[in-house]
Amino acid sequence: MKTTLTVNGQLRHLDADPRTTLLDALRNHLNLTGSKKGCDHGQCGACTVIVNGRRINSCLSLACMHDSDEVVTIEGLGTPEHLSALQQAFVSHDGFQCGFCTPGQICSATAMLDEVEAGWPSHVSADVTAKQDLTVEEISERMSGNLCRCSAYPNIVDAIMDVAGSAKR
Amino acid sequence: MNPFEYTRASSRHEAATMAAGGATFIAGGTNLLDLMKLEVMTPERLVDINRLDMDDIETTADGGLRIGAMVRNSDLAANDMVRSTYPVLSRALLAGASGQLRNKASTGGNLLQRTRCYYFYDTAMPCNKREPGSGCQAIGGATRLHAIFGASDHCIATHPSDMAVALQALDAQVEVESATGDVRTVELESFYRLPGNTPHIETELKPGDLITAVIVPPAKGRRQTYRKVRDRASYAFALVSVAGVIDMSDGRIAHASLAFGGVAHKPWRNTEIEQMLVGETPSPNVFVRVADALLRDAEAQGDNAFKIKLLHRTLCAVLTELTEG
Ligand SMILES: Cc1cc2nc3c(=O)[nH]c(=O)nc-3n(C[C@H](O)[C@H](O)[C@H](O)COP(=O)(O)OP(=O)(O)OC[C@H]3O[C@@H](n4cnc5c(N)ncnc54)[C@H](O)[C@@H]3O)c2cc1C
Ligand code: SF4
Ligand code: FES
Ligand code: FES
Repeated sequence: MKTTLTVNGQLRHLDADPRTTLLDALRNHLNLTGSKKGCDHGQCGACTVIVNGRRINSCLSLACMHDSDEVVTIEGLGTPEHLSALQQAFVSHDGFQCGFCTPGQICSATAMLDEVEAGWPSHVSADVTAKQDLTVEEISERMSGNLCRCSAYPNIVDAIMDVAGSAKR
Repeated sequence: MNPFEYTRASSRHEAATMAAGGATFIAGGTNLLDLMKLEVMTPERLVDINRLDMDDIETTADGGLRIGAMVRNSDLAANDMVRSTYPVLSRALLAGASGQLRNKASTGGNLLQRTRCYYFYDTAMPCNKREPGSGCQAIGGATRLHAIFGASDHCIATHPSDMAVALQALDAQVEVESATGDVRTVELESFYRLPGNTPHIETELKPGDLITAVIVPPAKGRRQTYRKVRDRASYAFALVSVAGVIDMSDGRIAHASLAFGGVAHKPWRNTEIEQMLVGETPSPNVFVRVADALLRDAEAQGDNAFKIKLLHRTLCAVLTELTEG
């Protein structure tokens, strides 16, 4: 199955079995191993990438369904020399221990901040018609699709809070 | 995962024709791929409906909404009209799954998501829904997630959708296009079936039927909420949930629609208790009487006996919240 994707700004061609998930395509075919496979069933968020500007679980999507889509992975957000604002904030706030969930956390948080800016409500918003301020409670709810087995949650929330409200992600 | 052939449909007609010939629609894929990885579902052909033009939310002539089948759960929850006029729907969507999943999950796919019964997911176990005639391992087994209303000797599973519960309280209809091109609308109430002795047949859809939209009539009450009770505060399926739409006039209840999730093979509705509420001045006594009437028909399945009291209390809490002020 021939598929063309833009991954981190580069056109990439793929010829894989239709069963190949977007996650496996990234990791095994395109050698981008930043995105992690935790559960492979949509339950942990380790595989979160940004497709056409939106965060999704790449383990529950087929690569062939993404022909001509734009994919951004953790490798596309920043580089070791030039970290993105959220990558830097995770380092500054110790937002991880083993680091396995971190690429998914950072991709998820990057797109989550766009959702907040677009005015999307959440389950904990008192008034669904209003635009929300990003409180600790709001961050926890909006990031609930990203589990951290090391339970670095307080520092993850601090890192996101640090970047929230600034123009840079 | 078993091998399959993949086709991206270029028209609704092509998609429906392929499905009439045995292919399975794939929308967001968040339920189907999960089940295909476990080989609970083993389609030989997939037809991708993601790029069909079915992702608009439009107002209807009578002031209701027509929601395209491919509208993502996150877009529907964030839609201004939904937030202001159908907050119960926004709330139900936001109470489901995670931000990532809602970005993929579609309106049509959400309606047709399969049960989360543990034995349905485990191909080593007998399950009448997965393999008709094989038996039901849940009966007498682990039943924390299972039904207290409308179960049968063949299946006691629940429908897991939050969105469908809100749509049920809003009297929604499902718009369906068949392979021959006929378009019909089905009331959500009759769209879903109880398990009876054919738990593998879950809806009124026939092979080849494509859900094209969900139609919601104008809301019958402005006081709306969705309350979901679950094992953790987020990212978990409902143990029980209540969707409520209430209208008040001169201190009395003028209208009540109530639907219940996590308790039956479909979003559960009981119009008798809704009628009991109409004309009443809200009070704890009234609510208890109504909740008693709802749960009179409830039947526990071992582990899930707690749901009877839990639903009673959740309903009373929702009625209190919606009739205050
Ligand atoms: C970890 C996890 C947690 C979740 N938590 C919740 C929760 O708390 N609450 C909740 O409600 N849901 C929850 N979900 C389920 C989620 O909401 C569903 O997976 C999703 O809504 C399915 O939509 P989809 O578009 O991805 O469907 P798909 O997986 O693409 O399809 C599902 C089924 O619908 C059929 N189908 C799809 N579109 C159409 C159409 N237009 N016409 C006819 N048939 C169609 C497909 O053939 C398939 O059989 C959770 C899922 C996961 C993985
Ligand atoms: S309750 Fe239904 S889905 Fe669960 S094992 Fe029994 S037949 Fe299967
Ligand atoms: S690997 Fe995709 S959600 Fe866990
Ligand atoms: S840092 Fe180890 S799983 Fe999150």
